[in-house]
Amino acid sequence: MKEISTPLDDKTIKSLKAGDQVLISGIVYVARDAAHQKGIPFDVKGQIIFYAGPTPGDPIGSIGPTTASRMDPFILPLLKKGLKATIGKGPRSEGVKKAHKKYKAVYFTATGGAAALLSKTVVRSEVIAYPELGAEAILKLEVVKFPAIVAYDSHGGDLFQKGRKKYSKLVTIRHSRGSGNPFNSLDAASSLPAGQAGAA
Amino acid sequence: MREINTSQIKQAVSDLCQKSSYTLADGVMDLLRGALKNEESKTGKEIITQIIGNAEIAQKEKLPLCQDTGIAVVFIEIGQEAIIVGGEIKEAVNEGVSQGYKNLRKSVVLNPIDRINTKDNTPAIIHEEIVDGYNIKIGILPKGGGAENMSAIKMFLPTAKKEDLIKFIVETVVSNGAKACPPLILGIGIGGTFDYAAYLAKKALTRKIGAKNKDTVELEKEILSQVNKTGLGPMGLGGRVTALAVHIETHPCHITSLPVAINFECHAHRYQEIIL
Repeated sequence: MKEISTPLDDKTIKSLKAGDQVLISGIVYVARDAAHQKGIPFDVKGQIIFYAGPTPGDPIGSIGPTTASRMDPFILPLLKKGLKATIGKGPRSEGVKKAHKKYKAVYFTATGGAAALLSKTVVRSEVIAYPELGAEAILKLEVVKFPAIVAYDSHGGDLFQKGRKKYSKLVTIRHSRGSGNPFNSLDAASSLPAGQAGAA
Repeated sequence: MREINTSQIKQAVSDLCQKSSYTLADGVMDLLRGALKNEESKTGKEIITQIIGNAEIAQKEKLPLCQDTGIAVVFIEIGQEAIIVGGEIKEAVNEGVSQGYKNLRKSVVLNPIDRINTKDNTPAIIHEEIVDGYNIKIGILPKGGGAENMSAIKMFLPTAKKEDLIKFIVETVVSNGAKACPPLILGIGIGGTFDYAAYLAKKALTRKIGAKNKDTVELEKEILSQVNKTGLGPMGLGGRVTALAVHIETHPCHITSLPVAINFECHAHRYQEIIL
């Protein structure tokens, strides 16, 4: 496992490849839906935003990643301002993936639902904005060896795609009407209200 | 006839909310250990190792398994011989949730449009059923948003084949599953009406891990096998273990209908029940 510390410099970002397991130490900012909607009030240059909403506790309760794609509409201006990484879970839009290459940034995933374990890496926590948002307030955390995996790197690498391709055994599925296979027809949810929201 | 006081119900709900926040449902740990053996991906193995370590820490320190301690989905089976005294049962359940979530995350908004947090995680989603006997059984399934939001329902033609249903389920896992914190547990409801299929899908998640329903066991096996060929793997980052279990519940339906609902559940499957 690679050990990295914040703020992240360009050399570190460049060295990270999709699939790398890393341990992050230093300052990490926590912000999710409501805080992004209100606006990110701190200087993001070189920083990491962790998409999360912890349970109460001292210095923090359980804390783990939430679905990153919900923050896709907000990330571009932040990357332009020099945000270097985000931590979340689940794949993001193609546009956001490409922006990581353009702006030399990294998207880490952490293990969703491993929030008790991840909370052990947090040594300090402070609310720095929007306390009225409760679990959605902006926090400044100090973490020691927070385990994460590089999902999108700054070279266009995508572990979701690479990982699935490597392990998929699904070629076609038998069915009685129409044709195609589930790789090419990912519109299963098109008739559904689900699939876009995500949370945790 | 037997009297049950709502104060007992309130306390039971509160205790179940607490316990379920840090305890995996029976049998999930065994599935995770099996998954660790079967997983071939290095990343996948690391993730499952973290998930197992997390469950151990959570249980030992009574820390929530996941920061999303969910909306409380409460299943109450009321024996027709039981008499509830002391107050209203729904009020007792919500008071129990409010008390049980004191140290947990409050993730419920009062109105889906205005989205003002109720600050005590109420109201719960309550499913009531009248059954034989004089007991009250209360089950609590705290449901996080990540997995719940990936769920889906489709109204099939009554002439659809089993393969069509499987295709829909596998495609939905492929398109939505990576955001639902795999390895997953899939609750599937087939039949009934639009609303009832969704209820069955949720109800299927409350079935004891490893318990077999002889009418659906073969279909469950087939879907699990197909889903684990998708390659999504733990957290969707590639691997062999995309789902830990598939539970199907069925119900009679109209001659023109064939609803199929999929309720996603993450690996942090929390379900606890008690009989009063």
